Amino acid sequence: MKIAISAPSKNPADPVDSRFGRCSFFAVVDADQEKWEFIPNPGASSGGGAGIQAAQELVKRGVRAVITGRVGPNAAAVLQAAGIKLYTAGGKSVQEAYRQFLNNELAPLTGANAMPHAGIRGR
Amino acid sequence: MLIAVASGKGGTGKTTVAVSLALALAGSEKVQYLDCDVEEPNGHLFLKPRLETKEPVTVPVPKVDQSRCTFCGRCAEICAYHALAVLAGSVLTFPELCHSCGGCWYFCPEKALTPAAREIGWREEGWATERIAFTHGRLNVGVAISPPLIQAVKERRLSGAAAIIDAPPGTSCPAIKAVEGSDFCLLVTEPTPFGLHDLELAAEMVRALGIKSGIVVNRSDGRDQEVEEFSRKYGLPILLRIPLDRQVAAAYARGLPLLAARPQWREDFLALWEKCKKVACH
Ligand code: SF4
Ligand code: SF4
Repeated sequence: MKIAISAPSKNPADPVDSRFGRCSFFAVVDADQEKWEFIPNPGASSGGGAGIQAAQELVKRGVRAVITGRVGPNAAAVLQAAGIKLYTAGGKSVQEAYRQFLNNELAPLTGANAMPHAGIRGR
Repeated sequence: MLIAVASGKGGTGKTTVAVSLALALAGSEKVQYLDCDVEEPNGHLFLKPRLETKEPVTVPVPKVDQSRCTFCGRCAEICAYHALAVLAGSVLTFPELCHSCGGCWYFCPEKALTPAAREIGWREEGWATERIAFTHGRLNVGVAISPPLIQAVKERRLSGAAAIIDAPPGTSCPAIKAVEGSDFCLLVTEPTPFGLHDLELAAEMVRALGIKSGIVVNRSDGRDQEVEEFSRKYGLPILLRIPLDRQVAAAYARGLPLLAARPQWREDFLALWEKCKKVACH
């Protein structure tokens, strides 16, 4: 099973990026093989629809669970329609969030918890 | 002659100027008022037109025939606005993000996408007094893309009429859509530092469109030093100063046009129109 965690950098010790659509990277972890990969978020620099673009990328990569901070309604719609589970891990490091996910300690999210465009800086 | 009345920000008195021009000219010629400030149209509050027609304005957005779709993902890849997402067994569309470019239904290899009409607002038309033909657009709440509605209002331009466009405030796509194609643009500003900054942005937008323009100072204190410096620096003439006037403000609050409070200013607006014409044809 593949898990994606929104990250500000390629360093697993950095805290989870609270913005889903606009984070810089996703840590994509193949839990069965403990294989880590950091992919750039295509939504990070997009003009609009960032969350949808980010979600589409994760769907394409076969991700089954997402750990992040806040998700807007459009991204949540894509992730939910794809059957991808959502979890929040505000303030924790990427590594720690992953560990807690494996131990079933993360809070699941059932829908959007951010306004549209909330991840755009300066708003 | 088509004159757009614009301003870099809202609340500068753009509608006051547009309405006053329309009322002043209506005494001598056929006038058309095109309210393109579709997010917040308010020309009708002062011109009080009798609206006779109301039509929905739509834009094409993709509709998916899931039975033809192979979920190849092509449409989501080509959409520059991320208005589509393709999952293993379904395609999701986000019409509010769609810019109606037509790319997705053009490129779908299975012809699984077809354009379907999405209503974005309404165009209403009628007459304000006998001589002012009135058209405005009203954008539906929650719709973010207004240029197609602005276009629908501008399409109603009558040849032979002196046409006035009330443009949306700002300098982004809607303002550009409203101002482009006009013979002249009036930039309405207030003599404040903030007003000046927005005036500069608006002046640059109009210059980039290759349209001649001039300045109207609203709520002028008679000195307007900074606006005068700006006018010199940019080579844009100050064509009219509307003084700060208690009676005008009181009339505005009651939904009455400036010329109802100060009928003697009619001549000034007629002169303004003539000046615009002169600069535009120069
Ligand atoms: S391009 Fe056409 S066939 Fe491919 S996913 Fe989109 S709608 Fe389906
Ligand atoms: S019409 Fe253009 S903008 Fe709209 S969904 Fe299709 S590709 Fe995207």
